[in-house]
Amino acid sequence: MALGVLENIVGKRLWRGVHVPEYKDQTCHLPIRRLPFAPLLVVPLSQHAGAPAVPTVREGQEVVRGEPIAEPGGFVSVPMHAPATGRVERIALAPTARGDLSRAIYIRPYASASQEVLYGAPQDISQMTPQEIVRAVQATGVVGLGGAAFPTHVKLQVPEGKKIDTVVVNGCECEPYLTSDHRVMLEYPAPVLHGARVAMKAVGAPRAIVGVEDNKMDAVEALRQANGAATDIEIQPVAAKYPQGAEKMLIKVLLNREIPSGGLPSDVGVGVFNVATLAQIGELLPRHQGLIERVVTISGPAVSKPGNYLIALGTPLRWALEQAGCTDQAASVILGGPMMGASISSFDVPVTKGVTGILVFTNQQRNGRIFPCIHCAACVNICPMHLNPSQLGMLARKERYAEMAKEYHLNDCFECGCCSYVCPSHIPLVQYFRIAKQMNRKVKAAIA
Amino acid sequence: MTTTVIEVRTSPQLHAGTSVDLIMRNVVYALLPICAYAVWLFGISALALIATSTAACVLIEHVFCRLSGKPSSIGDFSVVITGVLLGLVLPPGFPLWMAIVGAFIAVGPGKMLFGGLGFNAFNPALVGRAFLQAAFPVAISSYTPALAVHRFTEWIPSSLTWPLIKAPPLAAWIAKVRVDAFTGATPLMLQKFEHVSTDGWALFLGLRAGSAGETPALLILLCGAYLIARKMMDWRIPAAMLSSAFLFGGFFHLANPALYPTPWFVLFSGGLMLGAMFMATDPVASPVTPLGMYFYGVLMGLITVLIRFLGGLAEGVMYAILLGNALSPLIDKFTQPRPYGASKKVRVTT
Repeated sequence: MALGVLENIVGKRLWRGVHVPEYKDQTCHLPIRRLPFAPLLVVPLSQHAGAPAVPTVREGQEVVRGEPIAEPGGFVSVPMHAPATGRVERIALAPTARGDLSRAIYIRPYASASQEVLYGAPQDISQMTPQEIVRAVQATGVVGLGGAAFPTHVKLQVPEGKKIDTVVVNGCECEPYLTSDHRVMLEYPAPVLHGARVAMKAVGAPRAIVGVEDNKMDAVEALRQANGAATDIEIQPVAAKYPQGAEKMLIKVLLNREIPSGGLPSDVGVGVFNVATLAQIGELLPRHQGLIERVVTISGPAVSKPGNYLIALGTPLRWALEQAGCTDQAASVILGGPMMGASISSFDVPVTKGVTGILVFTNQQRNGRIFPCIHCAACVNICPMHLNPSQLGMLARKERYAEMAKEYHLNDCFECGCCSYVCPSHIPLVQYFRIAKQMNRKVKAAIA
Repeated sequence: MTTTVIEVRTSPQLHAGTSVDLIMRNVVYALLPICAYAVWLFGISALALIATSTAACVLIEHVFCRLSGKPSSIGDFSVVITGVLLGLVLPPGFPLWMAIVGAFIAVGPGKMLFGGLGFNAFNPALVGRAFLQAAFPVAISSYTPALAVHRFTEWIPSSLTWPLIKAPPLAAWIAKVRVDAFTGATPLMLQKFEHVSTDGWALFLGLRAGSAGETPALLILLCGAYLIARKMMDWRIPAAMLSSAFLFGGFFHLANPALYPTPWFVLFSGGLMLGAMFMATDPVASPVTPLGMYFYGVLMGLITVLIRFLGGLAEGVMYAILLGNALSPLIDKFTQPRPYGASKKVRVTT
């Protein structure tokens, strides 16, 4: 109750977390531009969470842009579509963002092709049952484009015994530098809302709330304009703070519901979808087409032409960064945002469905000297999950990993990076926690 | 492009820009006005005392690091805080050689033997003072009046005592230098043993006898406020400790106004303000959980009042903080925050 009164005064906001400098000015006002096709596209078969896709093309085969080239390897899997008209050069291993190799389809686009998407046929969503929508969404190959790359149709399939009353549309984009969702909301507000209504229909929710951070009021305006007088979708600005875009945080902020530990949004009657994901569904589903490109923010202190680019899936980073231009100071390349994104080890890694941004950093972003933990409690004060990173960090140093999970809720940590960000001792807490989780998984696997 | 060497780094790529040495340096800055005030109040003896204990602490930490084959850790400035605080919590005329002994105990057993910064269970400066209290009970309770005449040209006779020699008695000297209304007894001693109360403004501004840096309550509050404003100190601990001392002191006063002083007196006398602002807040030896911080502060305020009103000593802040330090790990253990999404029942781990 008290919180409700307070909210009327200060607006909806995240109480924990950190205010990180945004660095969004460099790209947020630049319209989305299309990047030319790379001479060779590398389409990994596992760009999503779940089983890898199974190729349906042969080496040497000609493919047309938008044509399915791989089928889902199970229910928690999606098909792949040809990102360009060309020839399948080979099906072989390719580097991934995680550092290992995985199977991919190499496509050499034809230089002279019109690159028109000829695949697809109109379909009427209003006549479809929720089951049919789930299948149709799987056929588009759309996964969570906010970074998690979890197949969207799986989230649209409401688990037995659960009821979803609200669809939360995630337009927070709380990571610094990234503005791809911002541009999508500005330039494609109607597809976002259309996609939201498809999701509402599939999960049977009567209403949707679009949460947008208040540093993007122009996007709020665009969405409201596109929404008109409709009342089923509410566009709700929220005070900007990291990590508000994490679904657990956003649900708490918008609906004051807490997902139980280890649970899913459906446990509290909510389905959460990213705006870019819904925009793609809104665009592709009525035409029965597949996901072949996405908007990516290329930015960072070492990028000479930062911007938001519509990039064909499978475009190697080398090509993307050659187009956007890199300065001599480039020292590290990050896929995703600077707080949670992964550092890559090779320029041959391709852009996949979960890549929200490509950021190039210089050596100035390196942390200073590491001091011992002084128990200043900065991390405890900001942890959005209300964990005790200080204690977890000390246990990690002593390799007491099992205790971390059992007594100090290690597995509730979603690695937002706030604790490392504020730590005056520059302790790489998040990295410790990743190692601890990995070690616990290994122990569990060894016992099983 | 093809020859660019890229580095794999762990997320997050950004950092708030704070660092331990920056925080520690700012704590030292915040202590400087208090040092200056101490020198104005007590003269060159106070200056020599603070300088000696600081220099001794820094040197001892450096030597300890060298002896254990580690790089010197004096660059993090935490030992400077220990040295300055140790000087501030001793009587201004405290023999300098004894201050060096205190510095050795503070930094040696109090900090370095635990493993250095971040591992000490107690506030090192208070460990040093507790040792001095036990070892030199007379010297550490020999206070001199504030604003003595010739304080900038004349040493307090006890300051320059030879090592291993007892400090000379100060009564005759105090009678000679004291200005009207300023005595060598602290307000707490006067109140407890002679039932004489001290003027409120004198307490607030620190124009009274006492340890070198504990007297200016107002100035200490302001210096603490600077650190709180810069987010380099947690406001919850001093807030909890001061309000708890005020409330519990108030209970005693209401029960027997003739015997127990007002809660305002409790707040502004003795070392409570300096202790609550700069010693109880030592992050290393205090709890990290939000609930634990309140509990820790309230506990220390209560113990301070109990020792002052019911114990044999006039002042209890030092023991209250040391006891709070000792209980910190336990307090942390029982006040773990309830994680997001956990069941509403607070889980106590064993």
